[in-house]
Amino acid sequence: MLILHCPYCGIDAEETELAAGGEAHLKRATVGDSDAAFEEYLFMRENKKGVHLERWRHAYGCGKWFLAARDTATLEVYGTYPAQTQEPPQEVKDAIRAKHPGWAWKENA
Amino acid sequence: MSTRLSTGGRLINRNKPVEFQFNGKRLKGYEGDTLASALFANDQMMVGRSFKYHRPRGVVASGAEEPNALMNLNSGGRFEPNQRATTQEVYDGLTSTSQNHWPSLEFDIGAINQLFARWLPAGFYYKMFIHPRAFWKHVYEPFIRQSAGLGQVPKEQDADVYEHFYFFCDVMVVGGGVAGLTAAMEAAKSGKKVLVVEQTAAWGGRAVVDGGLIDGESTEAWINQTLAKLADMPNVTLRDRTMASGVYDHGYVLAYERLTDHLADKSGARHRLWRIRAGQIVTATGAIERPLSFAGNDIPGVLLAAAVRDYVVNWGVSVGDRTVVVTNNDDAYRTALALKKAGLSVPAIVDAREGGAGAIGAEAEAAGIRVLKGKGIAKVKGGKRVTGVAICSQAGEGAVLEEIACECVAMSGGWSPVVHLWSHCGGKLVWDDAKVMFRPDVDKGPTGADGKPFVIAAGSANGYLGMAEGLADAAAAGRAAAGVKGEGAPSATDAAEKAVAPVWLMPQGAGPKKRMKAWLDYQNDVKVSDVMLAAQEGYESVEHTKRYTTLGMATDQGKLSNINGLAILSKSLDAPIPAVGTTTFRPPYTPISMGSIGGSARGDLFQPLRRTPMHDWHDGNGVDWEPVGHWRRGYAFVRNGEKVHDAVNREILNVRENVGLLDASTLGKIIVKGPDAGKFLDMLYTNMMSTLPIGKCRYGLMCNENGFLSDDGVVVRLNEDTWLCHTTTGGADRIHGWMEDWLQCEWWDWKVYTANITEQLAQVAVAGPKARKLLESFGGDMDLSKEAFPFMEWREGKLGEFDARIYRISFSGELSYEVAVPASQGAAFWNALLEKGQEFGVMPYGTEAMHIMRAEKGFIMIGDETDGTIIPQDLNLQWALSKKKEDYLGKRAQERSHMADPKRWKLVGVETVDGSVIPDGSHAPAPGTNANGQRNTQGRITSTYYSPTLKKGIAMALVANGPDRMGETIEFQDENGGLIKAKIVDPCFYDKDGEKQNV
Repeated sequence: MLILHCPYCGIDAEETELAAGGEAHLKRATVGDSDAAFEEYLFMRENKKGVHLERWRHAYGCGKWFLAARDTATLEVYGTYPAQTQEPPQEVKDAIRAKHPGWAWKENA
Repeated sequence: MSTRLSTGGRLINRNKPVEFQFNGKRLKGYEGDTLASALFANDQMMVGRSFKYHRPRGVVASGAEEPNALMNLNSGGRFEPNQRATTQEVYDGLTSTSQNHWPSLEFDIGAINQLFARWLPAGFYYKMFIHPRAFWKHVYEPFIRQSAGLGQVPKEQDADVYEHFYFFCDVMVVGGGVAGLTAAMEAAKSGKKVLVVEQTAAWGGRAVVDGGLIDGESTEAWINQTLAKLADMPNVTLRDRTMASGVYDHGYVLAYERLTDHLADKSGARHRLWRIRAGQIVTATGAIERPLSFAGNDIPGVLLAAAVRDYVVNWGVSVGDRTVVVTNNDDAYRTALALKKAGLSVPAIVDAREGGAGAIGAEAEAAGIRVLKGKGIAKVKGGKRVTGVAICSQAGEGAVLEEIACECVAMSGGWSPVVHLWSHCGGKLVWDDAKVMFRPDVDKGPTGADGKPFVIAAGSANGYLGMAEGLADAAAAGRAAAGVKGEGAPSATDAAEKAVAPVWLMPQGAGPKKRMKAWLDYQNDVKVSDVMLAAQEGYESVEHTKRYTTLGMATDQGKLSNINGLAILSKSLDAPIPAVGTTTFRPPYTPISMGSIGGSARGDLFQPLRRTPMHDWHDGNGVDWEPVGHWRRGYAFVRNGEKVHDAVNREILNVRENVGLLDASTLGKIIVKGPDAGKFLDMLYTNMMSTLPIGKCRYGLMCNENGFLSDDGVVVRLNEDTWLCHTTTGGADRIHGWMEDWLQCEWWDWKVYTANITEQLAQVAVAGPKARKLLESFGGDMDLSKEAFPFMEWREGKLGEFDARIYRISFSGELSYEVAVPASQGAAFWNALLEKGQEFGVMPYGTEAMHIMRAEKGFIMIGDETDGTIIPQDLNLQWALSKKKEDYLGKRAQERSHMADPKRWKLVGVETVDGSVIPDGSHAPAPGTNANGQRNTQGRITSTYYSPTLKKGIAMALVANGPDRMGETIEFQDENGGLIKAKIVDPCFYDKDGEKQNV
């Protein structure tokens, strides 16, 4: 029963208000991309014990999708941020790296 | 004989006698008694039988950790199995029966199992019931089912009500003993909002029984004063009979409050489940005493030492006149002294330690108690109750030195902190060699959203068993939880104690015969010998040993047995205890009722019911309801004397001949609007929606990114930048969410808004040859003629007095209009249609008629023809896949080689040769077998009905190379293993040229 801060409506939302949406920052592969690139997009997912970037929808609240940087083992939340971005904002990266020096996420180093 | 003493019993009210029943006998107790103490007062030593060998079982503990005394309580709608007698308070009229015996508790046939105990060791069931294979279903499983289970399953609906309660606090203190009260007081002084819960009816925990002084006062006086002070503080909430059952992520706690379990008056909610968010949690949950493993330690009359003194001090009952205390630590000496003080006899304290006890040892000897040092129990004598013990050297193999007659054995193998709540959410444990216990690793508590620990263990739950050290630890915990600095704690003194000795088997050299009688898990009949056997057979992981032997898998979840069991395992594996580790602690701490979990969400409140504006009319007019998502839709409208299927056939024929009405209000309706709305819909649908002219309708398909069909429906262009997308009933919310996902997370720069207006409109399909006449009879400002309002167009205007938007679309194959009116006009519009339609023979029709008519037309249904693995090409819907578009969701996936594989099964119609109806989901066998030896198949039925229009069975099926096999006859399986011959035909069975709908 996590509590995540919705960056849109500004409230700390209980997990019962939220719908999980899997890994964040997926890069959509489509017509013209190789089978390997499409497979990567459609099926391959991070499964980290540690920092995970993930999608959540404030389904029983404002309805907006947002992203969260969360440690799957300690449940620490490094930050939540709007979904309209290709990578986490600098302050979220800083918060993660304060605990995990040298942390990197795919191409979003 | 166990009996009530003439004096004593701080928790009972001797002025308030109560009468209750046990196995049909009327017994007396006092208000404040637990069922266990009241049974002791009535000399009921034996209270049940064990699970596997049906051994006689007596009460062994005095609290929530009790493994033996499980009862069926009450009857009828209040019957409840597996309730612990030690936590159930008695009241006038309580009825209880013991469990797991037949025909009676005293004489039990199943007890014969214990004669075969040698041949029923750990893993017996796994080894025995594997061969021969065929025996499992007909011999073994029925036998095991017959003998499995402790209590009975309630047969009636629960007569009680339950509720949930939400609570938020800065600090939650779990446990109302002296540590919990100290921590609560320290936290409350800071002004923070504090909640304190205590699982029993009595505050103060063990301290009152154990004695001593706090701040110069008796513990009882100190507890009462502290409790009064806390109760006066506005920021403090106190709840007794409330057990914190689990700690979850980010400070979420569930607590279980028992409101009426102790009362004869059952009005009001029975249990209340607290759903708590706590900033910090202090677990002052105390410690649980461990049994000692010696032969016969399961005979009724062998109890935990602390439980024996609880029964004397709290409830004024003695388990027996003569009690032998056996221990590896100083604490059990308190039991001997308490018994002496009550005037009872303690023939001996058997201390496994060569050096005996500290200061309290001298006190015991001064009180005239014989203390045997370095000694153990060779065996307990007795069957259904203890008659004596045989004494041996702890160091030896069990040669009997002497026998002592007694009725009660009070054993103590040391104490284990209650670390369950600490561990639920990831708190780590550390093995303390000196204290012989697992205690919380204070620097490795469960962490919250900020990455910092949110649980603090306090007092004996943190491994501080002494009063002074426990209070100091608790005060510090209270301050830490409140985030304040300070020092000091209530003052107390701890006498010098000798260290506990690790005694895991008594005597240490006990041979196989003794080990087979030394119980670890009383409820599941797991003995020292079973764990040793598991180790010998290679079960090295404690989790595997648990499952192989069932150690700790009973309703007590190993509260007494786990540490002893893993110590035996560690010895057998020759590995240190911390290397063996513990099994995982999972909520709930003790079982909570299913009713409390459901709360008020039962019956009509189980889930919300969505109603269309015409719901009430349906309800009053013979509707046969079908659940669709949270909606109820009319499956058919049954008239007097009709069967449901007759009604369906009548409704279909009436649509085909006259005119029918379908409540289509549940269909999803989503507005998509904005400068980029057309572009967006072109991505969402497989066909082109941006080019749809204003005023027209187009059928569209949606796929997911894996290429599989996800939803379908008619899309309507309302104006330059607005489209209305119809979805399936069940798909409305999902598709709206899907749209938002893409707009918010992928194409966030596209200028599009969506709105789910499903419930804003009532919609009625008016279908049949007389549909136009019926609508024209309303009058209004729309020309509904064939020429002015062609197929697949829509009009908006007045239909009589109603504000209507009419779509000329058809799912039945007939002349058909779907009319949408504001939801507020829905019921009136429906009634008007019925009234004006009388002269045209109008009838409502239900979803089953709709399904059959669409199948007659060969239209697919999402969820019938599709199952999440079907692409549009499988259903011959290539015409709906735009070739002009560069991209749409699912397009790339459909380019993959196996999606273009010509061997994919394709949609066809199927007609039985004899006119019968093929069972749904039936497969068509093909020659040969696959790699698993299973029969090959060449197709399966996706929809199948009796068609009243064609007067025969029709079906749709996915068949290998189906469209190329028109006219061929293949066979499908029927329900009895036979085969049904069926011809492959065009899926459109009715009016293929569309002459009916285009009139």
